[in-house]
Amino acid sequence: MNSAAPLHHQQSRSYVGKRQPRVEDEALLRGLGRYADDLAVPPGTLHAAVVRSPHAHARIQRVAIEAALQIPGVRGVLTGEDVKRWAAPFPVGVRQPMEHWCLAVDKVRYVGEPVAVIIAEDRYLAEDVLDAVEVEYDVLGVSIDPEMATNDDASVLHEAVGSNVVNDRYFNYGDADTAFEQAAHRLSLKVRYPRSACTPIECYVVLGQYDPAEGGYDVMANFQGPYAIHSVMARALQVPANRLRLRTPPDSGGSFGIKQGVFPYVVMMGLAARKVGAPVKWVEDRLEHLQGASSATNRVTTIEAAFASDGRVSALRFDQLDDCGAYLRAPEPATTYRMHGNLTGAYDIHHLQVRNRIVMTNKMPTGLNRGFGGPQVYFALERLMQRIAVTLDLDPLDVIRRNLVPTEAFPYRCAAGALLDSGDYRRGIELGVEQGGLEELRQRRESARREGRHYGIGYTVAVEPSISNMGYITMAQTPEERRRAGPKNGAVSTATISVDPLGSVSVHVSSTPQGQGHRTVAAQVVADVLGISLESIRVDVELDTGKDAWSIASGNYSSRFAGAVAGAVHNAALKIRARLDAIAAQQWQVSVEDIRFGEGRIYTADGVHATSFQRLAGATHWAPGTLPEGETGGLRETAFWTPAELTAPDDDERINSSLCYGFIFDYCGVELDSLTGRVTIDRYVTLHDAGRMLNPQLVDGQVRGAFAQAVGAALYEVFHYNEDGSFASGTLADYLIPTTVEVPDPTILHMETPSPFTPLGAKGVGEGNNMSTPVCIANAVADALGDAVEPGAIELPLTPSKVRMLMGIEEPPRPEGVAEESPQASAGGGSKLSASDSVEIPASPQQVFDSILDPDTLKAMIPGCHSLELTGDNAYRADVTVGVGMIRARFDARVELAELEPPHSLRLSGAGKSGMGDAAGAAKIRFSEIEGGKTRLDYDYEVTVGGKIASVGGRMLSSASKMLIGQIFSRLSQRLSGSTSKRSLWQRLRALTGKRGGDQ
Amino acid sequence: MYVRLDERYRVTLTLNGRERSAYAEPRTQLCDFLRHSLGATGTHVGCEHGVCGACTVMVDGRATRSCLMLAVQVEGRRVETIESLAKEGELNDLQRAFREHHALQCGFCTAGILMSCHEFLGRVTDPSEAEVRDMLSGHLCRCTGYTGIVQAVLAVARARQNNRQETP
Repeated sequence: MNSAAPLHHQQSRSYVGKRQPRVEDEALLRGLGRYADDLAVPPGTLHAAVVRSPHAHARIQRVAIEAALQIPGVRGVLTGEDVKRWAAPFPVGVRQPMEHWCLAVDKVRYVGEPVAVIIAEDRYLAEDVLDAVEVEYDVLGVSIDPEMATNDDASVLHEAVGSNVVNDRYFNYGDADTAFEQAAHRLSLKVRYPRSACTPIECYVVLGQYDPAEGGYDVMANFQGPYAIHSVMARALQVPANRLRLRTPPDSGGSFGIKQGVFPYVVMMGLAARKVGAPVKWVEDRLEHLQGASSATNRVTTIEAAFASDGRVSALRFDQLDDCGAYLRAPEPATTYRMHGNLTGAYDIHHLQVRNRIVMTNKMPTGLNRGFGGPQVYFALERLMQRIAVTLDLDPLDVIRRNLVPTEAFPYRCAAGALLDSGDYRRGIELGVEQGGLEELRQRRESARREGRHYGIGYTVAVEPSISNMGYITMAQTPEERRRAGPKNGAVSTATISVDPLGSVSVHVSSTPQGQGHRTVAAQVVADVLGISLESIRVDVELDTGKDAWSIASGNYSSRFAGAVAGAVHNAALKIRARLDAIAAQQWQVSVEDIRFGEGRIYTADGVHATSFQRLAGATHWAPGTLPEGETGGLRETAFWTPAELTAPDDDERINSSLCYGFIFDYCGVELDSLTGRVTIDRYVTLHDAGRMLNPQLVDGQVRGAFAQAVGAALYEVFHYNEDGSFASGTLADYLIPTTVEVPDPTILHMETPSPFTPLGAKGVGEGNNMSTPVCIANAVADALGDAVEPGAIELPLTPSKVRMLMGIEEPPRPEGVAEESPQASAGGGSKLSASDSVEIPASPQQVFDSILDPDTLKAMIPGCHSLELTGDNAYRADVTVGVGMIRARFDARVELAELEPPHSLRLSGAGKSGMGDAAGAAKIRFSEIEGGKTRLDYDYEVTVGGKIASVGGRMLSSASKMLIGQIFSRLSQRLSGSTSKRSLWQRLRALTGKRGGDQ
Repeated sequence: MYVRLDERYRVTLTLNGRERSAYAEPRTQLCDFLRHSLGATGTHVGCEHGVCGACTVMVDGRATRSCLMLAVQVEGRRVETIESLAKEGELNDLQRAFREHHALQCGFCTAGILMSCHEFLGRVTDPSEAEVRDMLSGHLCRCTGYTGIVQAVLAVARARQNNRQETP
């Protein structure tokens, strides 16, 4: 080894891995960014405004545009008739007779759905004219709640389908049934994940042009990809893909998935331009954006685990109901399947059953949204893990640790097919615990609780998938349907590098960045491979489908840049270098292995030969005759890269849905304000293993941004629909995005386990906290609220009013000198209620009857029961906390079982008193055997309350008693079956309060 | 100035130190006037109802939402936008701090945030983090989680403070 060898290695590492400031910033900080609305438009460009539906569901009887056309400056109106003449419905991801056009043609199915487009000489005028279009609607019934939309009597959005459930798939991996039978414990949890969106500050912008000579459309839009959607748009426009030239601007004002949803407007404005024979520009306003752009998919999940007494989970069941809104817009139902291969999270769980249903409701269509499918899955899974810990009285972190995929198991094949590429999850937990200061956080909780404050700690582990397999979307089809359609898989990424005659380097990537800094990282990668300065490289990120290299996986989604696109850039740079290696080796008559690149020079390892990069690269243009045989001259290389690991779904329905899987371990401490219910994040710790970090500053930026959005989703943001489907979150004063005072600075920790599957060892890191943080905060709130709260009631966003309601009002101590009132004395003067109901329990009447007589079961049945003491024959004294409305009181109660007629009927009664008043109730219960060895319990009950409870909570008596009694039988059912009864308490509560609109 | 709804008026103002004028309808928003009539596209429009703060400019030295102001209201007044910050072709200290602290990603909200920070730092020389966060709470940023922005403003305040102390 020659000690005098140059310091430069074959590939120097001057830039990659460094906290490199961004090349993008100089222009953006000067106000010189070129966003879609900043670009020059052709002379004569007209402006569009969109007429939208005020109804959630209605048949369009007539669209009258004559009055609008009379207004000076109006050049045309595009209607559903034009769209039917020139276009086609968008292709749909499931085989169902449902049509989605870029403008409503027969019915409107959500508030804000486009009905017509006014095309006028200026935007202000176009908006004025909106009111001149007269649309006659025949209003129809609505389906808003996803569960109710599945009912037989629900209003159906797409009549030809015959149901709102447009896709229903069942998957079975391993032997979950046996695992559930054999497990010591089973626990089921039903959760609802609401609608929200990451909502960029820049809205949609489209400039459409139509060329009748070629029959082609040329559209500029701030579209983010995936470019598989280009095919969807071309088909809708009924042109070959080369007649839809789609261009993106140099800069984008953020997207986070949302700007995928601009694609129907690309088609719409193309058609608008065709209608008037002039370029048409449309800039979406904020109301249009909030009500009609795109939303995350809301989901109702029932998740169930089979587990041992140490918390080790052997099997999981997911029942997921995904509400994709009014239309199944491409690439939906991708939300449902993005996480499919890794549904078991960071855990080593072998048996898995999944049922996925897609339901249509009268709400805006869903689409890409940062985290895509992840927050929904982890909200169910990690809430369940927390519940398992609470049920077994274990530390939640111990339950997590016991279930992690073992370090020696990587690459690890998950039950549903994901191949977890690399990781060391146990070390991640230990690092997070030590460096994040968990012990101190626990002490803070302890001292807060000593002072009577509501403080809780929540934990989450998650795998963060990146680089989506384009084939995962076909999981919505059956294996047979997939066979007929042909395999879909892979994730082709591309990059092009050119070296011009003066030797300067230009890079093009088809990743359509939305603010992440792709230009900087691409330059870092190329600078290292070619040994030139970062500043000398220019990176172009505009995408023009008419001129640039692209493929269906191009675009900005699934955190694919660092792993896939930067990898393609690296490969393209290697191709350039290989050609220059060969040229230099021939010129100097040395071996290729001796050639080095560094500091803008190309030289031999022994230092004998050297030249500037520009000179040697320029020779490919100026003196091609001097080049080695086979060298073509010119210097431009395009690399396409797709990973072999992304295969199509197999016949056993296993799918490696993503290429890379990062690891996240989060925990946080939160405090609940006992007066207002406001949740304050005391400390948030987030540990990430995203493989090799290409630019740690940008990695931290991604983590912080995702975290802030997740704080919004956890605590503030929700798209609220009223019962009639009207939209109630149409301004940023209604849709609450957190500001500087709500978002704390998280403690960010890193470890690096490089991916073996990407060229640079990097994995995606853009979406992790969107997935992990909402449930981590929810787990902390659950911990702070304690056991008295129904687990399924912890629903996002955890707004102050919701949390305050869950906290209830603790009973104040009885003032000194005030005598105890006797229950009998005041009960007569209070509120009285009687009602009846029934419930089904999966056990025989005798079993049910016997179990009610068992004191342990009785104690478990009574919600809020602290102790139950036998005082006589089937008579007990109980210490119970009961809530009526927001009031929560602790009762000293007598409970009695009488009129026993086994196994046909009995009478359950109770009476108690508290500082807040008194209450008494009795229920006559009848047991009858029904099909399947189950029992139907019919019960008539009577409840009387008196004292403060009656005066303050009297109005709530009916719903509170119904809820309480429902809870008693739901608990009985759970105890007998190991799961909750079919109608959960929360469902009952919703039914009672009539809350069928809401945050769905 | 009296205006009629159906007429266009010539509005003359001082934009970033230069006298400029263009025609506006009485109802033309200041943000649209700046962007489309005067070509100052550095100012961005995010919500048009005064919540997001992206369109913030300085009118006579005060941070103002340009979506909540009409073009005709700035007749004869002084307006500064993000384009005014770089002096002699160089980024100013606030802009440089934004770059150093990764205080921007997509950069769309940045135009308004810079103008609020610019005004704030002119008024408050030794701000606490809480004061900075309070000032920034009139702006929505969807990319950064705000940490870098807060750090950048505090760093500029400290550096200016040090400079003042060094140059008596």
